[in-house]
Amino acid sequence: MSTTVLPSYDDVVERYAPVIGLETHVELGTKTKMFCGCPTDFGGEPNTRVCPVCLGLPGSLPVANKAAIEATIRIGLALNCSIAPWSRFARKNYFYPDMPKNYQISQYDEPLCVDGWLDVEIVGEDGQPELFRVGIERVHLEEDTGKTLHVGGATGRIHGATESLVDYNRAGIPLVEIVTKPIPGTGAKAPIVARAYVTELRDVVRSLGVSDVRMEEGSLRCDVNTSLSPAGSAEWGTRTETKNVNSLRSVERAVRSEMLRQAAVLDTGGRIVQETRHFHEDTGDTTSGRSKETATDYRYFPEPDLVPLAPDPAWVADLKAALPELPRLHRRRLQQDWGLNDHDMQSVLNAGAVELIEQTVAAGTTPAGARKWWLGELSRRANEAGVELSAVGATPAQVAELQKLVDAGKLNDKLARTVLEGVVAGEGSPSEIMAARGLEVVSDTGALTTAVDEAITANPDIAAKVRDGKVAAAGALVGAVMKSTRGADAKTVRSLILSRLGVEG
Amino acid sequence: MADVTRMTATEIAALIATGEASAVEVTRAHLDRIAAVDDRVHAFLHVDTDGALEAARAVDAKRAAGEELGPLAGVPVAVKDVLTAKGVPTTVGSKILEGWRPPYDSTIVRRLRAAGTVMLGKTNMDEFAMGSSTEYSAYGPTGNPWDLGRIPGGSGGGSSAALAAYEAPLAIGSDTGGSIRQPGAVTGTVGAKPTYGGTSRYGLVAFSSSLDTPGPCARTVLDAALLHEAIGGHDPRDSTSIPAPVPDVVAAARAGASGDLTGVKLGLVTEFSGEGAEPGVTAAFRDAVDALTKLGAEVVEVSCPHFQYALPAYYLIAPSECSSNLARFDGVRFGLRVGDDGNRGLEEVMSLTRDAGFGPEVKRRIMLGTYALSSGYYDAYYGQAQKVRTLITRDFTAAFEQADVLISPTTPFVAFPFGSRTADPYQMYLADLFTIPTNLYGGPGISVPCGLSEGLPVGLQIMAPTMADDRMYRVGAALESVIGTLTPPEL
Ligand SMILES: [Zn+2]
Repeated sequence: MSTTVLPSYDDVVERYAPVIGLETHVELGTKTKMFCGCPTDFGGEPNTRVCPVCLGLPGSLPVANKAAIEATIRIGLALNCSIAPWSRFARKNYFYPDMPKNYQISQYDEPLCVDGWLDVEIVGEDGQPELFRVGIERVHLEEDTGKTLHVGGATGRIHGATESLVDYNRAGIPLVEIVTKPIPGTGAKAPIVARAYVTELRDVVRSLGVSDVRMEEGSLRCDVNTSLSPAGSAEWGTRTETKNVNSLRSVERAVRSEMLRQAAVLDTGGRIVQETRHFHEDTGDTTSGRSKETATDYRYFPEPDLVPLAPDPAWVADLKAALPELPRLHRRRLQQDWGLNDHDMQSVLNAGAVELIEQTVAAGTTPAGARKWWLGELSRRANEAGVELSAVGATPAQVAELQKLVDAGKLNDKLARTVLEGVVAGEGSPSEIMAARGLEVVSDTGALTTAVDEAITANPDIAAKVRDGKVAAAGALVGAVMKSTRGADAKTVRSLILSRLGVEG
Repeated sequence: MADVTRMTATEIAALIATGEASAVEVTRAHLDRIAAVDDRVHAFLHVDTDGALEAARAVDAKRAAGEELGPLAGVPVAVKDVLTAKGVPTTVGSKILEGWRPPYDSTIVRRLRAAGTVMLGKTNMDEFAMGSSTEYSAYGPTGNPWDLGRIPGGSGGGSSAALAAYEAPLAIGSDTGGSIRQPGAVTGTVGAKPTYGGTSRYGLVAFSSSLDTPGPCARTVLDAALLHEAIGGHDPRDSTSIPAPVPDVVAAARAGASGDLTGVKLGLVTEFSGEGAEPGVTAAFRDAVDALTKLGAEVVEVSCPHFQYALPAYYLIAPSECSSNLARFDGVRFGLRVGDDGNRGLEEVMSLTRDAGFGPEVKRRIMLGTYALSSGYYDAYYGQAQKVRTLITRDFTAAFEQADVLISPTTPFVAFPFGSRTADPYQMYLADLFTIPTNLYGGPGISVPCGLSEGLPVGLQIMAPTMADDRMYRVGAALESVIGTLTPPEL
């Protein structure tokens, strides 16, 4: 490990200009694999979702999945790319056992979509939103590899392992690769631009409904390229490619950490080696992987088993016309609908709650009600559990139902929290839990009156004080009723007590 | 009953259809013939006795039940060991696949089964279909039934030899640079390479994906056409398969058998005449051309100036594709694995496996192809070869504006003695000099016996435009009506 003392970030960005670039892989959610009819569902016993084609058995041939081509074109269109009138698959040749054929069917110099852009929004120094246009070099389609499990070694890496097991369930799942152009001029904002780009890209792909884009499950994977050059220099520095960047937060951290590391190397007169580096979630550092200076020659050539792709321009035009609203614009519209200021909207965004609130509102509750639960109690629980908000255990429909019960006066805030606890614990819908746990606010005045009378009878001294005009003393009676009814509406109880004692509230 | 092994597929099918012979009897007769001669011929790598008899019994049961039988029902067929058949060993003539039993049927085999044909077994071939003599089979060469000391052609020598030795009336081959036609020529049988994409490659263990074409082998042109019709046509499992019906090759073969070629223009390729072929081959070819003109055909000279670059272009494209196609043979998932003793790493086991499993010609081509695709060399080699391919296609297109079909000798020389061309690869490659242009173009070609030279068969090649396979069957059947079938000496 390096023992170099890292310079401060402010110092680094004053003396160096970063150029970043991102290569993102998105696993498509098509029903079947890229070149065969095997299902693509996540999980499954190893090597059960395989056939001669995705196992690369001798004699088998690929047939391209039209749904995957359509999804790729839609991603390309959403990223303002040109759709190539004619493109081809190519073979990328290298030996690795998780690749059944020892070549990957990918695209090389003739990708499906080229030359687009994506506008991403970051928060500027003045707190105002600031747009950044990220150039898109290409969007292409390829097949995923299998997964190798190295057994017997200390590290789980191939080195030192006694045995390697390969699961080909993932082999052949359609994978879209989205490559940005180099992004110069971000300065100190490089890490947050990188993060904002991946976030926006994720939202765009999700809005298209072509992938679940979950970084934690690997259906969205990101490699981050970083280089530094001395401020004012016309030439860009040597770049490194950081892999194993598995969350949005890691994207930001990886760029920052790599900028600091490279600056330290350059400061001591060192040279940046063009290489692959691995990001470590625990330390936030990157370590050297294999050097690209002795790069594998992939011997790309056009895939002779597949005919070239020439998408019908009319079909492409239809796909373009049917694209959904861009997430950024969609968010702006929601912000207006919900009546939020920029700061409040930013809180919603930061919490990853936009879609959840949108769906909760769609399920029949108010924006304020929906926002209260997702940003309050549920965000707290998600943080505690270290999971994304969407994985906290409550659905928008359940939250909407909960808020409706509150609005109807059947639950007070405290009871609603208890019900929510049950929802998160998987005990059922809010009304089921309310009934099962007997948590409903007692609103039947007959039952309440009985409870009030009982409280008055049990506390004659206090009742006398209230009758004498010491209205504040009624609080103790209210407390007693609340206790016996396990949570009636306090206001109702109070006015009932006062009226039973002949005192005007 | 006459010896069914000497009959054509058409005759056998008629016997079975009328009930004069059962499919089981026909199958047993061929299995007996194999048992009697194949220790000398070595056309088969695997004889599937049980599977064949089971298929034959199914045909007999169908007939007994009064069900309609297809035109080849009950006819035995030998299949080149390059095509998968579920549960039947498939080696591609290589040690690296020894013992591998594929879990699926190739489309060709599936269609053979659907047609009610009886698969006798898998035939010998040069390893991974690379060669012109079967001498590169990892399981020893096949003898030419005309002279067991000579080569039967290759790579599909086993299929053609099985026909010439009367071990099967029909066989399947695959043609990447001439592997159906050249064995047909040197064994005195018929071999047809369909239009690329006219027959499915699904389940054909790939050598060179953009060139490989499975096709029919038989002792008569009509039998070849019937087999072509049974196995051809669009296959959604093969993207390069052409979504169009099979040209009416059977009708064309029947029409040609009448011996009338009035109005048919035969193109003689200038670049294929002159030097290159043995004098005896040239003489037999010229006699055949004369015979065809007597049937009413008109002969025109056509020039195909880029054909001279076909051989070098082929030896860049085919090895390039093969270097990638053969990468999957690494000992990880199937076939041979060498050196996995618990002490060696993955890469070492892969290397040892490939070193032990591949023969010298396969290694040579993998190395050639790996080099040709390497960064910095790609444009000069693979890229340039693709340009040549385009120019050859243009030559064909222009030639077919002047002629209906092109004709040439199938191969420059008759069956040569074992060992006479293995020392110099180029001498072996020359065997495919006249057949390779067709593969680069993608059109169909057929070899039909046209006479003898020094007592050995000579073949005449007929080349047609893509998806005009019927033309070559018509001319081939007409030639056959004059020459007849060639009968080798008794084994
Ligand atoms: Zn599959």
